[in-house]
Amino acid sequence: MNLSKYIKVYTKFLHTSLASELEYKTNILIDLLTAILSLIGSIFLLSIFFQNNSSIGGWEFEQALIIQGIYTILNGITNTWFNPNLSEIVKHIREGTLDFVLLKPIDSQFFISLKKINPSGILEIILGFFLLFYCMKINQIILSFNLLSLSLITIFCSVCILYSLWFFISTTTIWFVKTWNATEVLRSFLYIGRFPLNSFSFSLQIFFSVFIPIAFITTFPSEVFLGISESWKILLEFFVAIVFLFTSRKFWLFALKFYTSASS
Amino acid sequence: MEKNIINVKNLSKSFEVSSKEPGLKGTIKHFFKRQTKSLKVIKDISFEIKEGEIVGFLGANGAGKTTILKMLCGLIYPSEGSILVSGYSPFRRKDNFLKKITLIMGQKQQLIWDLPPIESFYLNASIYEVDKFEAKRRIKTLSEMLEIDDELYIPVRKLSLGQRMKTELLASLIHEPDILFLDEPTLGLDINAQRNLRKFLQKYNKETNATICLTSHYMKDITSLCRRVICVHNGSISYDGQLDHLLNKLTPVKEILIVCSTEEDVNKIENYGFTIKNKIKNEITIKVENTAITSSLRTILNNFDIEDLYISEPPIDEIIGKILIKKKL
Repeated sequence: MNLSKYIKVYTKFLHTSLASELEYKTNILIDLLTAILSLIGSIFLLSIFFQNNSSIGGWEFEQALIIQGIYTILNGITNTWFNPNLSEIVKHIREGTLDFVLLKPIDSQFFISLKKINPSGILEIILGFFLLFYCMKINQIILSFNLLSLSLITIFCSVCILYSLWFFISTTTIWFVKTWNATEVLRSFLYIGRFPLNSFSFSLQIFFSVFIPIAFITTFPSEVFLGISESWKILLEFFVAIVFLFTSRKFWLFALKFYTSASS
Repeated sequence: MEKNIINVKNLSKSFEVSSKEPGLKGTIKHFFKRQTKSLKVIKDISFEIKEGEIVGFLGANGAGKTTILKMLCGLIYPSEGSILVSGYSPFRRKDNFLKKITLIMGQKQQLIWDLPPIESFYLNASIYEVDKFEAKRRIKTLSEMLEIDDELYIPVRKLSLGQRMKTELLASLIHEPDILFLDEPTLGLDINAQRNLRKFLQKYNKETNATICLTSHYMKDITSLCRRVICVHNGSISYDGQLDHLLNKLTPVKEILIVCSTEEDVNKIENYGFTIKNKIKNEITIKVENTAITSSLRTILNNFDIEDLYISEPPIDEIIGKILIKKKL
């Protein structure tokens, strides 16, 4: 893979998608406002849960806020990269414009995963990090190099898991043509990731760890931040991320063999 | 002698298609138990295309033209047979192969909708590893050939269909491909825009010796661009050869309208032994075989007092209509 070519192309992607988004100023302002209001609403909802209980599933309000912070960062990444690109895969396949992608001398997964960005999601990422740093302060967590790097690695792993899941579902469009609902269900499950995994019943904990790995997406990285995570969980998170990325890649390459293109 | 750039041997393609009975009952049945069948859309076809050739693929809707084109550029995997395009097996979609070809579809677009086309051109240039200065030179050359200038800086969504098609062409040619696959490139364009596009393709072929494979339902595209046509009927090739030969084969007779000075001359021509189509006052239309046109004209000019004459052929659309429904030509 020619890395400098891919960096150059990605720079162009950034440039063109920012320019496209800036064509609609009002839309960006509304998106930015939505991001702020959504965060305020989520914190308010969380505070309601904790109004009569000092802790839920062993998590106190200040600790649960860390999960909210990580959720906000992930939601920001979802809105910045996943939503504008991965939702388009269904459209590309339905309308046959995937033809143009496949006929370009560039990795098709790279192209369809990163072509667009939505700048308003970046505000959510920043807000999420602000919330995380605020939580570290109120939880009296001392930020060391080890803690910071471990936390960033686990957040990166959770981004990879979420991306792979979304990409995997979108890829099935090659056979099923319409899978909007499946990605919406995935987003709904992600909302659950705002709450600590321990606050759910045992069976749901198993479900959200094994079938829909929400635990790996928000709960485990939060535990790393709080310094209460066990090393096997970090290793498992890393392993799961690699397996998910590898599988989604192989699945995409396999699915392309069945792509029949839309009729003209 | 120009070498073959495309070699297709015993190519077949089958698709799984589902069929549904009409009505609510049919819909419910279709939802729970889908009836699928394998449909062979391309049946054992073979052909070769030489470097620099412009070949038109003719056929009715659903005959298999676009499927052939998509297999040639590597989008669809063939069920049987082999394809070699510029020495590559298309479905592997190797970077070096993709840099040699382009696909232009009249009904689909790749330009970024909200931005001026120039942004998409530079994006494509970076994907094809064309440096900025070279890209600038190519954009200048191609935009001059396509006669576009201000359009490069206007958002795509504000361009007319004709302008958009020109910019689509430019975006697809920025990497100077050797082979162009064009699927109904003039679809929906007005007459002037169609003519300009044809003019450009002729010029591009002449200047770069690029090979062009074209499908179109506008017969003018085929007659003005392609010397060779491949007619596809129900997934099989019904004719592969020169367009002129095909037209001669299908219309062995031409019509000559003769305007005489008097009705008396019309009667003389009538009695001479020509096959008469019709006669009105001092005008008479005769039918003459293509091979006898010259001798017949000589006879008419030497023996009769005529004011004017016109040679006409049956409308090309009528002839092509025959091609589309004939299994073997």
